[in-house]
Amino acid sequence: MEYLLLVISAVLVNNILLAQYLGNCPFLGVSKQMSTALGMGTAVIFTMTLASIITWGVHKWILMPLEIEYLQTLSFILVIASLVQFVEIFMKKSMDTLYQALGIFLPLITTNCAVLGVALLCIKNEYSFLKMVVFSFASGLGFALALVVFAGLRERYVISNIPKPLQGTAIGLITAGFMSLAFFGFMGLT
Amino acid sequence: MVTALIVMGGLGCVSALLLGIASKVFYVKENPIILEVEEALPGANCGGCGFAGCHAAAVAIATGKAPPNICVGGGPDISENVANIMGMKVVAKEPELASTECCGGARAVEKFNYDGIQDCRAANMLFGGTKLCEHGCLGFGTCVNSCPFGAIEMGPDRLPVFDPNLCRGCGACVRVCPKGIISLISSTTKILHFNQYSECLAPCQQKCPAQIDIPTYIDQIREGKYKEAILTIKERNPLPLTCGRVCPHPCEDVCRRGVEDEPVGINYLKRFVADWEMNQGQHLEVSIAAPSGYKVAVIGGGPAGLSCAYFLRRLGHKVTIYEQMPQLGGMLRYGIPEYRLPKRILDWEIEGIVGLGIEVRTGVKFGEDFDLEFLRAAGFDAVFMGIGAWDSRRMGIDGEDLEGVWDGTDFLSKFHLGETPVIGKKVVIVGGGNTAIDAARSALRIGASHVTLMYRRSREEMPANDMEITAAEEEGIELMFLAAPVRIHPKNGKVAKIEYIKMRLTDPDPSGRRRPEPIPNSETLMDADTIIAAIGQFPKIDFIRENKNIAALKITKWSTIDGAEETLQTDIPYVFTGGDCFTGPALAVDAIGAGRYAARSIHYYMLEGEIPLIEERQTSLIKETLFDHVEGLEHVPRVHPPELKVDTRIRNFDEVEHTLSPSDAQREADRCLRCGLICYNRDIIEAMERELAESTTQ
Ligand SMILES: Cc1cc2nc3c(=O)[nH]c(=O)nc-3n(C[C@H](O)[C@H](O)[C@H](O)COP(=O)(O)OP(=O)(O)OC[C@H]3O[C@@H](n4cnc5c(N)ncnc54)[C@H](O)[C@@H]3O)c2cc1C
Repeated sequence: MEYLLLVISAVLVNNILLAQYLGNCPFLGVSKQMSTALGMGTAVIFTMTLASIITWGVHKWILMPLEIEYLQTLSFILVIASLVQFVEIFMKKSMDTLYQALGIFLPLITTNCAVLGVALLCIKNEYSFLKMVVFSFASGLGFALALVVFAGLRERYVISNIPKPLQGTAIGLITAGFMSLAFFGFMGLT
Repeated sequence: MVTALIVMGGLGCVSALLLGIASKVFYVKENPIILEVEEALPGANCGGCGFAGCHAAAVAIATGKAPPNICVGGGPDISENVANIMGMKVVAKEPELASTECCGGARAVEKFNYDGIQDCRAANMLFGGTKLCEHGCLGFGTCVNSCPFGAIEMGPDRLPVFDPNLCRGCGACVRVCPKGIISLISSTTKILHFNQYSECLAPCQQKCPAQIDIPTYIDQIREGKYKEAILTIKERNPLPLTCGRVCPHPCEDVCRRGVEDEPVGINYLKRFVADWEMNQGQHLEVSIAAPSGYKVAVIGGGPAGLSCAYFLRRLGHKVTIYEQMPQLGGMLRYGIPEYRLPKRILDWEIEGIVGLGIEVRTGVKFGEDFDLEFLRAAGFDAVFMGIGAWDSRRMGIDGEDLEGVWDGTDFLSKFHLGETPVIGKKVVIVGGGNTAIDAARSALRIGASHVTLMYRRSREEMPANDMEITAAEEEGIELMFLAAPVRIHPKNGKVAKIEYIKMRLTDPDPSGRRRPEPIPNSETLMDADTIIAAIGQFPKIDFIRENKNIAALKITKWSTIDGAEETLQTDIPYVFTGGDCFTGPALAVDAIGAGRYAARSIHYYMLEGEIPLIEERQTSLIKETLFDHVEGLEHVPRVHPPELKVDTRIRNFDEVEHTLSPSDAQREADRCLRCGLICYNRDIIEAMERELAESTTQ
């Protein structure tokens, strides 16, 4: 039950994109087509989970014992960036099909604030290992959900009649705003 | 502080070390060629090539998954640069250009018309596009917006118009059109295409043996686009000048205007544009595909051979025509008389075909001067035999070999070999086909005072073109029906009299045919200086039996060359046939259609070794398209081209019929109902009429 709540909260209530406003760059950048949105979503789920696990370890076994938690942000950035690079190199060699599917999105994630954000949240909320894994996976899922829904909307509105000044990113941001408002409706769940 | 520094430094070092090791262990050698190719590509990431951006395209090119000329955005220089990097050469690629067959029909009032729908895809999602035709163009111009090269414009009737000079064939419009009416089509695809039952075909187009897209060219004539009209015709028929003059136009028999009014003068229109091209003085350029490296020999330079050679040439193959006579044209030259088809016109037309780069050897006879072994040794990959029907059936009566008895085709060919036959005053022609009529009308023109055409059945059964029979009657040729020759009586070793017997037709037999039978004791004598027998032709194929390497060719019991109906392939796999030598005597336009059909088979045979069958190939008329009445049709008389007066024309071989004036052509084109093009929806028309009635009563 606890875990279910955790998942619902991460996916819907505290959606990383629409409630916490993290990771807006890929949200606008790769949401023009359903297929790319799906690819990006999967890549984020994967990276987010992995990054949280590693950073959780770094925090628990390096930062905490040495009492230098104030280095969290700095060290996490370093670790996440290297991790993503490492994963990319590894996948390219050993998992070609996965690389073909996710490869082009990985560099985009290197500096994705949503990944860092989730890693930091896990620490802030003092999750256990299992909770941390579930939470980061669910957050990734929330990211993917929002991205896919948004891509669906965008695929439709490119073919509708939009006043000139609002075309392109402008209408994208407005739509994102409305989506965010809609997601606020989930607030009542908790 | 120190710990912090050590930890961060340590983390950095560990990450760097791990990444360093990883890049060593997991190193994948990036092909330097990919980078070079990517450099050479325009970097527009337009996706027109079908790959996700230029990098992906570069990878595909470098790994051989895509050809170097795949980039549609860049034009020829880029292809060449890429090919150079790959160590290949580019040959010009035949352009595949966007086009649509849909003419939108007469669109109904828009069903839903509110702000917000400005895009075909949206319209399609909302109401499936209930314009008049549910398959056709919606007309919002989404394709126009989709084109990265600005090659599409919305025409005046809200149909896309494609600019072939700007179109790069990237296919963006094809992907975006929700109705699927835009396609990328190269000339090769068009030439290889034959009618299918699944298509939107007007009856005329179904009936034409050459499958010319008649409604389209009539439409183009109506709009004054003569050049386009000619090119439309030449996608199917390289001999429009000839057919415009001699074709008995089976298409007009099924013209739907004919059910309420007179049929459209389709053939007059064809002749009109063909004459227009000739009067311009220049053969219009037609597309020719890149050289394929294959060589084909065409035996016989009649319409079948010419058509086959023409289409094979346009498909990129090398073609050589071998012809026994001194000039090309077959029966068009040595059969059809000058007054119907002036030979300078035939010359001009053939010059245009040969000018595409077809080699011609005249005066060489297959079976005597060369054979299949010779052609194989000369490196030909396939052979087309279109040797026509050059042997005449004999009457089989006494006196047939006397001086003064001619064979119809021999007689006609004399005129074109620079001789005028001596025939005297009284001439009797035996037979009822085109050859008989042509011989009769020619005899009249070289001084015969009394020409009689003797035919053993009645007028209805005459196989000659109706217009020819009428013209012959007008010129004063006596038609004698239900009579057959039995004996020829000589005087001084020459023809003097012909003895004939009267015939009657039996009651129809189970197959519905009425056979002629002689009436006993009705023999009659008639004076004659010359007798011309034109009772039928069949292919001259004695050489097949004599020459052992040709003997494998199977011959039917009608002395025609046997071949597969679906492919025109003979028993020798690399030999194909078509035209009169395959079907027996038929029409020029049949031979032209067969020529293209054989060209298709030969093309696939050489390239793929196998000839794909045409799915749902249309061979008979589609019932649904033959509607039996047309509502609200106003009678508009058919135009008639100017003709020479009878008393002047029988004295010479000047062309009898002349061409239409541009305004007459326009008027005649306007009479076309555009069957199969107008998307006919009765409900909507009724609704419109009701609305109109309501608004007038108010
Ligand atoms: C008098 C007459 C009038 C006609 N009028 C009309 C008409 O008004 N409308 C119409 O549509 N059709 C008409 N036709 C029919 C039409 O001309 C033929 O159907 C058409 O020409 C057949 O084309 P083809 O290429 O199969 O054969 P052909 O035109 O006969 O051509 C065969 C060619 O092969 C050559 N050849 C034959 N044997 C050899 C060999 N061994 N080696 C090398 N070359 C060889 C011949 O010299 C000839 O050039 C008429 C026919 C005749 C005879």
